[in-house]
Amino acid sequence: MSFKSWINGEEDLLLNNLKTTRREDDHVKPLLTDEEKKSENSKVLNKIYNVEDNRRLKRFDKTYRVVAIVFCVLLAAAMLFTISYLPKVGDPDTPANSSVVSERYIESGLQETGATNIVTGMILTYRAFDTFGETNVLFIATVCVMVLLMLDEKILEKLDKTSDRIYEPDYDPILTLAAKVLCPIILLFGIYIVLNGQLSPGGGFSGGAILGAAMILYNAAMGFGKTQRFFNENIYKVAKITALCMYGLIGTYFYITGANGIDNMIPLGTVGAILSGGIILPIDIAVGIEVACTMYAFYALFRRGGL
Amino acid sequence: MGPNLLANYSEAVAFILFVIGFANLLLQKNLIKKIIGLNIMDSGLYLFLAAKGYITGRVAPIVVDGVQSVEAYINPVPSGLVLTGIVVSVSVTAFMLALTVRLYKRYHTLNLDEISMWLNKEGR
Amino acid sequence: MDFVRNLPAISILACMFAAIISSGLPRRAARFLNYVLIAAVGGMSLMCLAYVMNIQGSVVYVMGKFPAPWGNEIRFGVLECLMALFFSVVMFLAVLGGRHKMRDEVAKGKEFLYYVLIDLLFSSLLALVYTNDIFTAYVFVEINTIAAAGLIVIRENGRTIEAGVRYMVMSLMGSGLLLAGIMIMYDVTGHLLMSNIKEAVDQIISSGEYYIPVIVAIALMTTGLCIKSALFPFHSWLPDAYGYSTVSSAAVLSSLVSKGYIFLLIKLFYRVVGFEVISNSHILRIMFVFGLIAMISGSVSAIKQSDIRRMIAFSSVAQIGYIYMGFGMGTEAGMIASIYHIMSHAATKSMLFISAIGLTDVSRGSRDFKDLTGAALRNKVAGVGFLVGSLSMVGIPLFSGFISKLQFMNAAVDLSLQKMLPSLIVLGISTILNAVYFMKTVIRIYTPVTKVEGGMEELTVMEGERIGINGVVHEEDRITFRKQILYGTVIILFILLNIILGVFSNEIITMIRMGLEMFA
Repeated sequence: MSFKSWINGEEDLLLNNLKTTRREDDHVKPLLTDEEKKSENSKVLNKIYNVEDNRRLKRFDKTYRVVAIVFCVLLAAAMLFTISYLPKVGDPDTPANSSVVSERYIESGLQETGATNIVTGMILTYRAFDTFGETNVLFIATVCVMVLLMLDEKILEKLDKTSDRIYEPDYDPILTLAAKVLCPIILLFGIYIVLNGQLSPGGGFSGGAILGAAMILYNAAMGFGKTQRFFNENIYKVAKITALCMYGLIGTYFYITGANGIDNMIPLGTVGAILSGGIILPIDIAVGIEVACTMYAFYALFRRGGL
Repeated sequence: MGPNLLANYSEAVAFILFVIGFANLLLQKNLIKKIIGLNIMDSGLYLFLAAKGYITGRVAPIVVDGVQSVEAYINPVPSGLVLTGIVVSVSVTAFMLALTVRLYKRYHTLNLDEISMWLNKEGR
Repeated sequence: MDFVRNLPAISILACMFAAIISSGLPRRAARFLNYVLIAAVGGMSLMCLAYVMNIQGSVVYVMGKFPAPWGNEIRFGVLECLMALFFSVVMFLAVLGGRHKMRDEVAKGKEFLYYVLIDLLFSSLLALVYTNDIFTAYVFVEINTIAAAGLIVIRENGRTIEAGVRYMVMSLMGSGLLLAGIMIMYDVTGHLLMSNIKEAVDQIISSGEYYIPVIVAIALMTTGLCIKSALFPFHSWLPDAYGYSTVSSAAVLSSLVSKGYIFLLIKLFYRVVGFEVISNSHILRIMFVFGLIAMISGSVSAIKQSDIRRMIAFSSVAQIGYIYMGFGMGTEAGMIASIYHIMSHAATKSMLFISAIGLTDVSRGSRDFKDLTGAALRNKVAGVGFLVGSLSMVGIPLFSGFISKLQFMNAAVDLSLQKMLPSLIVLGISTILNAVYFMKTVIRIYTPVTKVEGGMEELTVMEGERIGINGVVHEEDRITFRKQILYGTVIILFILLNIILGVFSNEIITMIRMGLEMFA
């Protein structure tokens, strides 16, 4: 018995007679050759990790980046080049600043619209149709956010019970107290801005945003339960539809009488008073309500999935 | 190059902001960063408009003491356009954020490429 | 002043009112209001069309009491009224045709929002068609974009929301460029009203001051609108958006939304800068090249698809390429051909989407080609609709697609040699490619299922029984006309519309030519 054969496991000391030798047909042909193994392996990998797809995507991504960066640099260069040919900033004689359009807005805006704030007069009387479109942009944005985020009422009830949102209001005394103090002030300020749109900087859009902010603060501090006592989905719908319809009706009346050469019956009021500006004040109020509703609706939809 | 590049530096800054935002919108993979890019882009445009309406030495177009001459006030038109533009960009931002929330809830990632990858795996 | 002049303004405002009121109505009422609205707007557009045909000129209508450069203004001539009429017809048919799928596709409790979106989309389309103020156009472009994105995502699955994000990102880049262009234009002209801008632009061109900003502004606005209407390199969002949204949305989006932007582009060319200025700049050549590339690449991608709706979506890319190629020719004939193609494509593409849904309905809802075998035999109306749509797309006489191809050919022949050769060659190649993928589908859907093909063997026995393999077609899978009267009528009306466009093409083209003359 040789040591070597013992090492190789062909012979055993204990089992004296056992002699094992490797048979020739122990060299069974493996099921797969190395190349086949490799190709199988890569196939499996490909299936799991989308290697080929990813390689293609990576290449696409690289070219996309290069093209995009080149495009942006070219765009920047073109823009700077254009700017160097534009009229000077602050120059009163540029085509835009000296055109008849702004001239009339400034010189007879007060008499024709009744608004001291020329910008408000412009967007709500001269270019009222644009602004109606703009209000509709807000409206459609709420509709789209509703499509995406509004939850079914049953799911909402279930979520309300299971989520920790119900504990929120009682456990934050600082926020609650601050909201109690601040909310009325913010609301007042918002109403002031909405009503003073024709006299000072402000108007429906900015005032409405402030009103919305007050409501969001109240909601964050007091929770949905308390907010829903005065602002739930039905009230939201009624307020929004009334405001938009009011704007629409006033607008339509104004466009159609104006276009047909009929004098409209809306008085311009005394210049400088709250009740002035003809159609501006009611439109500002309508826009204010709509914007406040929209802002709050955005918050509520993102926060809870329902109003 | 034209003669007014230095005089119009504020517009140049505005358009550089615009291009930065545009590049972010094109190149970022993260949806939130894309939305930030969108807002930068819009802000650049509003800055451009604000610079456009400004006239040296004049005040905001609110009639004070009955002065109604063109020499007293800046151009009111760009201010009105900025107002409209801001409302549009608020709406669009809200919509984009809502889309992002939905995608995050479903795929737990904000990376648009990863989302596409999941979609490919899902099949239809 | 005649009362008819008020109608365009009233139709825009009525759509907005309908949208506002619908947001508080229950589902059925909102739907009813939507149908009434679209029909009424169609009627009003018809009256306006008759009126402007009668007075042989375009009408300027001031929104409010302040005239031209100070107030907002809308303006309508033959072309605008024709487009508005046509849009309302297609919109009506598209909304009706997808009605029976609405319950499956839109979540319960959100259906009224669908009609709000459709109303607002329609109002923005009308405003884009009628408006004469470039900033109003921007505002309504935004409404159009958001409404279209809402229509994509209202079918809430991962694909559509991802497509919505991609669509929004692309569109927002387009809007940004559009707004930048509008601002530069305002800066150098001092006006926002199209007619006034044109006067100022004419002066600028003749004096030479601010020439570069004007050209850059036009380029920016054009690029923005091209991005928004999915011209070739910017079409990545399109297949998913059209392929997976609800069927009405797909029909409306493919046939109307992109057309609204294209119509605004035409307006920009004719009314804001003047066609001579445009044709002397290089912008049209770039559009021409991209249009040609789109025609080929869209068709090639369509051939590769195995999903019928994605195939139709990719075909849209190619068809938009046709329209831009017509613009790029830089002649009036090319422009007329493009406008005719806008109408032809809108009628045909929405019909294809609507009939495709009928075919997939009888194939277990699968949109894969291998499952569609014999679908046209199970749902005959949808099959005929798809057949007619395909024939029209390929360009068989009698249908509208033939006329538009003929117009493109005629326009191409008059061009200089370096534009004529590529356009004729690409038109030929694109027609062949169109024929390849549409006829492939048509043959597939008319092959009876008794011949079991490669794909069908993979079905399990149960599935095979359900769709009626081996000639055993179960009664519940076969949809007869009587079971789908509304759907069938819509398809028949679509076919009629297509044939009307084809047969009365001379009259329509005369109207378009007349409209273009009074357009500028």
